[in-house]
Amino acid sequence: MDPTQTKQGYQDYVDKKSPNSPIAKNLFNAFWTGGLICSIGQIILNICKERGFDITTSGTIVSIILIGLSAFLTGLNIFNKIGKFCGAGSLIPITGFANSIVSPAMEYKSEGYVMGVGAKMFTVARTCFSFWYFKCYYCWNYIFNF
Amino acid sequence: MQKIGKQTIKFDAPPTVSECASIVGPKEADGPLCKYFDQTLEDEFWGEKSWEKAESKIIKETVSTLIGKSGVSTADVDMVIAGDLLNQCISSSFGLRDSNIPFLGVFGACSTFVESMSISAICVEGFAKNVICATSSHFCSAEKQFRFPLELGNQRPPTAQWTVTGSGAALISKSGNGPFITHITPGKIVDMGIKDANSMGAAMAPAFCDTLLTHFQDTGRNPSYYDAIISGDLGHIGKEISIDIMKSHGYNIKSNYNDCGVMIFDKASQDTHSGGSGCACCATVFSGYWFKQLQNKKVKKILLIATGALMNSTSSQQGESIPGIAHAISIEI
Amino acid sequence: MNINWANVFDWMQIFKCFIVGGAICVIGQILIDKTKLTPARILVIFVTTGAVLGGLGIYKYLVDFAGAGATVPLTGFGYNLAKGTIEGVQQQGLIGAFTGGVKAAAGGIAAAVFFGYIASLIAKPKMKKQ
Repeated sequence: MDPTQTKQGYQDYVDKKSPNSPIAKNLFNAFWTGGLICSIGQIILNICKERGFDITTSGTIVSIILIGLSAFLTGLNIFNKIGKFCGAGSLIPITGFANSIVSPAMEYKSEGYVMGVGAKMFTVARTCFSFWYFKCYYCWNYIFNF
Repeated sequence: MQKIGKQTIKFDAPPTVSECASIVGPKEADGPLCKYFDQTLEDEFWGEKSWEKAESKIIKETVSTLIGKSGVSTADVDMVIAGDLLNQCISSSFGLRDSNIPFLGVFGACSTFVESMSISAICVEGFAKNVICATSSHFCSAEKQFRFPLELGNQRPPTAQWTVTGSGAALISKSGNGPFITHITPGKIVDMGIKDANSMGAAMAPAFCDTLLTHFQDTGRNPSYYDAIISGDLGHIGKEISIDIMKSHGYNIKSNYNDCGVMIFDKASQDTHSGGSGCACCATVFSGYWFKQLQNKKVKKILLIATGALMNSTSSQQGESIPGIAHAISIEI
Repeated sequence: MNINWANVFDWMQIFKCFIVGGAICVIGQILIDKTKLTPARILVIFVTTGAVLGGLGIYKYLVDFAGAGATVPLTGFGYNLAKGTIEGVQQQGLIGAFTGGVKAAAGGIAAAVFFGYIASLIAKPKMKKQ
């Protein structure tokens, strides 16, 4: 049977023919590396709390330290190797967010610091910001509860 | 020159592929075909400041290597026909801006090499003595334009292909000892509705099979006529799909069919997933490997079919499917 | 200032954080492998989910339970935006709805921009070996 007779038939045939990602291995790696990054965050958070910062400030410090670490590793050309191994384990924690800003900044350096780095830094991450106004929905909720 | 069948052109005085040259990047140099290339690079920047400039330099140097090897002076080259993957073909036009040869820029995505060879052959049959065709691609500039920044820590799906860094060039001449371009079959655009930009082999395989079937029908040949049938960059998955499709049409191509994207990398040790892709994939493997096999008469008749995916990043974002194209060129000695 | 290391290495808390953080990443990995979503879309899904769950008051329980296990993943970033917005509204009324969220996330965003510029000044992208 010719698999290219209908578009749907061909799509199904291709899906069957394409190898799957090694999902068990990927899930395992994502789990322990993601857990590890969060645990490092927890330890930093605990240290901040011990030093007398309030919980909000401590949380911000944790974010800044993890972002700095991720930017440092991206700059050393190591983060893409980590990301390949960890998958979502490094993408979903704040490290992935930092990487998604630092990597285009480095890539578009060749187009200059204004139109390259400045304009394209948020190529990957900018969607996060536009979407946060989803939350408007519960702001209104809140206001109506007055 | 005459048209036979539906879309094949047969040459009365077949033009010669008189010389080829190729330059590849470091990853390709680690692959199984390393010894066949004229030059291999140590790093992807090659002393330049950006990926795009490096790619321009690669195509420029490949063309000058070709001119040097062939012994034809620049003044005797009537035309250079070149293309690449970057927006508005900047690698070719910037790389060749100092060449002082009439220039035709062409785009056929990864099928560009055979497209430019076809146009060259037609020019040579018509008026020209020597025409150069060249194409280039660069892993890093292609990733930057089509996918993500290099330092982004993402995982590549198993169907993804690896853009070949390098450039291949061929000199097509009126007179020479061969190998000769006897037929060309320009392909139709075939779109089977594949939308996944990480599954190029599957998107292009139907176009490849369409061109191959048309070529057989137009010329009355069958797969066993050729010592080798070679596709451009279908990769491991596209290769299997093509064998299946051809089988369903009653042609068994399994024994003498290979794919440049499969040949250029070692899948097991180089982690290139489904194989190589890009304008340079077909160009470097033909210029490096197959041309030398033809010269040494290890193979005598080959059918080179370069495949291309005619999309860009805007079309995929708008949810368009990926149209495929494939052009065939029959080279015999 | 003395640090009580027993409080820092509260293993039960770190264990809970590890499990929850890991589980959130596993959800992300399933999205990567089973759908054709790009990393950018996955980031959006996580931030938005966190913001919505935060706004509904559900995510707070997860944060109380798992600490950094819930705040370090991007859902926590979304939760922060939501929390900041609600606090903004409480303190400043309607104008707080516009300023509160950004204020809460300002540290993270500014840090990413700052480090991004620094990295682009000193580092250069390199070919992936694999």
